Amino acid sequence: MKKSDLIKMLAEEKGLNNRLATKVVDTFFGAIKEAIKNGDRVEIRGFGSFELREYGSYTGINPRTRERIPVPPKKLPFFKPGKELRERVNNKQEK
Amino acid sequence: MTVTKAKIAEKINREVGLPLKESAEVVDTILELIKSTLEKGENVKISGFGNFILRDKGKRIGRNPKTKVEIEIPPRRVVVFHPSQVWRREINRG
Repeated sequence: MKKSDLIKMLAEEKGLNNRLATKVVDTFFGAIKEAIKNGDRVEIRGFGSFELREYGSYTGINPRTRERIPVPPKKLPFFKPGKELRERVNNKQEK
Repeated sequence: MTVTKAKIAEKINREVGLPLKESAEVVDTILELIKSTLEKGENVKISGFGNFILRDKGKRIGRNPKTKVEIEIPPRRVVVFHPSQVWRREINRG
């Protein structure tokens, strides 16, 4: 599923026109991005939480050329799935 | 500060102009659509934000770090999130 599919499904389910559904979906993901950028945590029960994690620098190796490359410290958004999402994804699994 | 569903609904109310009650409903609908898609075994890719990817993990032997008792962790399916290049760049620039 991509963003356009999500917009279409939301529009259909909630009886919104496509333009409004697009704005809603963009604002939804924009709100999460903005919170993380401000250093806030986003916590959505049943879905999961987003937070910014800091990673230190390390020396990486290009596997093809075996060249050593210094990787600078960075911050990355991290998502931890919530209990309901974890269980729903796992339960439907054909064994 | 922690941002919750209510805060996201308020933002949709402010910026899109949808009544607050409907804003809260669309937030729930978006979340349910993502969850049910992943539940069906389908990945979710949101351009500009990131991808929710399903990974099948094989069984492995785990150990209780305190008691050192070994237990078998059965195969399972998990969700991992990869933030988009755009978002990563937005965070790490400057």
